[in-house]
Amino acid sequence: MTHPVLELRNVSKSFGPIDVLHDISLKVNAGEVLCLLGDNGAGKSTLIMTLAGVHKPTTGEIFMDGEGIRFDRPKDAADRGIATVHQFGGTFPLMSIGRSFFVGVEPVRKFGPLRIFDRKTANQTAVKAVQEFGITRIDDGDRLIGGLSGGERQALAIARAVHFGARVLILDEPTAALGVKQASHVLRIVLEAKKRGIAVIFITHQVTHAMAVGDHFAVLIRGALAANFMRGEKSREEITDLMAGGEALADLGAEIESRMGPHDGPPPQPAA
Amino acid sequence: MTILSPVSLLHRPQSGAVLSLIAVLAFFMLFGGVDIGRFLGAASWVNFAANLGIVALPVGLLMIAGELDISIGAMIPAGSMSIAVVSGHYDLPILVGIGFALGLGAVVGLINGILTVRTSVPSLIITLATLVAMQGIVLSASVLLTGNASVPLDAPAWAKAIFGRLIGGNYQIIILWWIGLAAVLYVVVHQMPFGNRLFAMGGDRASARNAGIATDRMTIGLFVLSATSASFVGMCGAILFNSAQVSGGMNYIFNAVVSIVVGGVLLTGGFGSVIGIVLGTLTFAVVSQGIYFTDIDRNWSSLIIGVMLLVAVWMNNSFRTMALTHSPKKKP
Repeated sequence: MTHPVLELRNVSKSFGPIDVLHDISLKVNAGEVLCLLGDNGAGKSTLIMTLAGVHKPTTGEIFMDGEGIRFDRPKDAADRGIATVHQFGGTFPLMSIGRSFFVGVEPVRKFGPLRIFDRKTANQTAVKAVQEFGITRIDDGDRLIGGLSGGERQALAIARAVHFGARVLILDEPTAALGVKQASHVLRIVLEAKKRGIAVIFITHQVTHAMAVGDHFAVLIRGALAANFMRGEKSREEITDLMAGGEALADLGAEIESRMGPHDGPPPQPAA
Repeated sequence: MTILSPVSLLHRPQSGAVLSLIAVLAFFMLFGGVDIGRFLGAASWVNFAANLGIVALPVGLLMIAGELDISIGAMIPAGSMSIAVVSGHYDLPILVGIGFALGLGAVVGLINGILTVRTSVPSLIITLATLVAMQGIVLSASVLLTGNASVPLDAPAWAKAIFGRLIGGNYQIIILWWIGLAAVLYVVVHQMPFGNRLFAMGGDRASARNAGIATDRMTIGLFVLSATSASFVGMCGAILFNSAQVSGGMNYIFNAVVSIVVGGVLLTGGFGSVIGIVLGTLTFAVVSQGIYFTDIDRNWSSLIIGVMLLVAVWMNNSFRTMALTHSPKKKP
């Protein structure tokens, strides 16, 4: 039997007295896209940071390939092949594509006793890596990151993660700040990563984007797993309702109504 | 080669400094009646630039990394006083004095760096504190130990030859140190992996750290370099002029920052170049010292520097925006 690439078993996380994650169990297989849905404050970010080694679970275990693991630092997770790409992708707007692609792992060539940054190799590798993901408009590694569109930056960040051997790709709201066309580019790149056998965890609150690429969906509400289902098991409306807290949304109308009426309480005191 | 095309030349961080330097020289020639041949051969502004430049380079790198070090203002007199007290007043070998001056720079740099990475206090405030504290230490220590605020120093010939000689009668040997430092830093920053990490760190410290870059160690190292360089400038001055004073050095703070910013370094970090800092320093020196060669009254030089600073920063911002929006190969 093959093990899931990454598995959480009964993971909880508290910061002092506040429970942020409660008893989360999830798995993601190679070549599968797990969509993590949830409203703001549902605990998505904490979950990502736990996976990326920034936080340690208070209780519960994390398994990779069936083997229990512990991340002490973000680098431990990165060394295991867990890569996180944030909303704005490339974070060094004033660096060139080639340079930012290789930050921390610069290719060098020998020049006498010196080890010189190999700009040509860096640029070629970076451009090739991103073009393989279908972004052919990037063809010059000397261009600055800040001049790329949001979708191109995401593509570059994903290509970078894959190039450096990511096995689990965590995408934190990659489409949140993008227009419709840009978002569809990014979704296509997600599918391309999936095709290469990478386990993708796709965090979003846009149900349409999740439905387009997801194989497996998990909805987080106030730190707990409210639903966990496979593609095709639920409709878009059901998912949206779930994310908003199900019946809570239906009750909202009635609640607003009741607040509109007159009340008998004393008028608020003006501040002294 | 695309690098040499005029359009991409404008996208380099130093382009504003090149244009500023040309503009200032042209202004002096047109309105000041400067004999350009005599001017370019003059030692005064080159000496000034070299002393300022050795401080401006490491402070500029710190600025690229997103930090600032103003304690240099106290480290210059600290460097000259420490060698004068050790080797002049106490008559210890000059090597001990040199070691003490540079070691003091390294220690203050370490303090600046460690405080910056360990606390969330901005480095401007931390180095302001060490600036004031070092002024107090230097003044009290010299009065306590020598009973005077000015100490003579008689350096041996070999030390003078290396650190404090006049070449051709007028040119301070520190000019060669400046050229050497600039060359080394150019290779390290623009040709070696270190530079890539420096720019990444200045662009986004958290992401750089997540990419496995030892940001804390690099920051501390840069602070050590800047304080030690400032101490070095003070030390060379003491050896050259055979004496050291506790005052002086404060002008270097503003002069260095102006030179760096004119040189195209982004105040918030992540962008800049060694060549730009060198050119910015040259431009500053030409304005502040070159004005003596013109018919223009000397008092106008501060106005020119102020205007130049604004124009250069405005140009640098425009060029940066152009570089961001520019894509070299347009598809037909």
